[in-house]
Amino acid sequence: MAKAKPKIQGRVTFEEDRCKGCGLCVNACPVNIISLDNNKINAKGYHPATVTDMDKCIACASCALMCPDVVITVERL
Amino acid sequence: MAIVFQKTRGLTDVETHYCPGCTHGIVHRLVGEVLEELGVLDIAIGVAPVGCAVLAYKYFNCDMHEAAHGRAPAVATGIKRVHPENFVFTYQGDGDLASIGTAEIVHAAHRGEKISTIFINNAIYGMTGGQMAPTTLVGQKATTAPYGRDEAHCGKPIRIAEMLATIDGAKFVERVTVTSPAHVRKAKKAIKECFKVQIEGKGFGIVEVLSTCPTNWGLTPTEALKWLEDNMIPYYPLGNFKRPEEVE
Ligand SMILES: Cc1ncc(C[n+]2csc(CCOP(=O)(O)OP(=O)(O)O)c2C)c(N)n1
Ligand code: SF4
Ligand code: SF4
Ligand code: SF4
Ligand SMILES: [Mg+2]
Repeated sequence: MAKAKPKIQGRVTFEEDRCKGCGLCVNACPVNIISLDNNKINAKGYHPATVTDMDKCIACASCALMCPDVVITVERL
Repeated sequence: MAIVFQKTRGLTDVETHYCPGCTHGIVHRLVGEVLEELGVLDIAIGVAPVGCAVLAYKYFNCDMHEAAHGRAPAVATGIKRVHPENFVFTYQGDGDLASIGTAEIVHAAHRGEKISTIFINNAIYGMTGGQMAPTTLVGQKATTAPYGRDEAHCGKPIRIAEMLATIDGAKFVERVTVTSPAHVRKAKKAIKECFKVQIEGKGFGIVEVLSTCPTNWGLTPTEALKWLEDNMIPYYPLGNFKRPEEVE
């Protein structure tokens, strides 16, 4: 993960093996930076959620509020 | 750097068995967060239902008790009367609370038991494979209503929040949903207010949460949120039906 640059406002981390690939966080993100990683399969057998462009994260926590499996931690940088 | 969101101590680390995108998980988290924030986690005793939340005792990080189908309010009554200093809540589905357990919830409210109930209305019997519930919408398909619920045959869906709000012993009644971050925040506020009613010794409280069952509705988790908003909210209006100031 890239080092914090001044313009970065937020960082989300996924406890990836808990993710069920439901996509609720994908739709909740206002800056559309979350997607399901189709190249990966986690321990549960799902395509886990991942962030494509962390620089755009605004630490709004919308993704975490919608996650039914408490996979996501959100930090403000 | 500041943590904006992290997992509550109100939940254990056990991974839930819920289907992907099932909103039972969101409501569990809100209950856990509220128990922690109100400082009652260590004195809380929850009563789990029969239904998909039957394993809730593994997920809430407090003492838990299992109840026979629909009987959680009766079990909670006994616990609260023996342990009035503890915080006692039930977590029940619509098959559990609005069907087989209707007598228990009505009379617990009527007696003004100082317990709190989280009522998950997903308009279906989830655990058993999608049978029609009293809350299933007219026209909604279920395994026992393959052509959709027929009003002439089964009547209209029951509105639990409105019904319980007519009972004097019920001091807090609100209906919420969890289909967006804004709704999740409102739902948490309602659960907190409801739990405070018990802590302040004012009486019975219930929060009805309109919830999804993507698996038995035959929709993706995201489609299920939209279906809930388009079909359930018009029939089951959101909002507060009763809070202590208004009844005293
Ligand atoms: C006495 C009794 N009758 C019937 C059942 C079968 N049964 C198990 S769960 C359930 C319905 C659960 O539906 P709901 O309360 O809506 O929970 P959900 O799974 O939708 O969250 C039924 C009828 C049972 N376990 N015990
Ligand atoms: S915190 Fe907000 S901006 Fe950042 S990934 Fe989550 S939803 Fe997107
Ligand atoms: S909401 Fe949670 S479980 Fe669903 S895809 Fe996102 S991180 Fe995974
Ligand atoms: S069957 Fe329905 S209510 Fe039960 S866990 Fe699956 S989606 Fe949730
Ligand atoms: Mg149900």
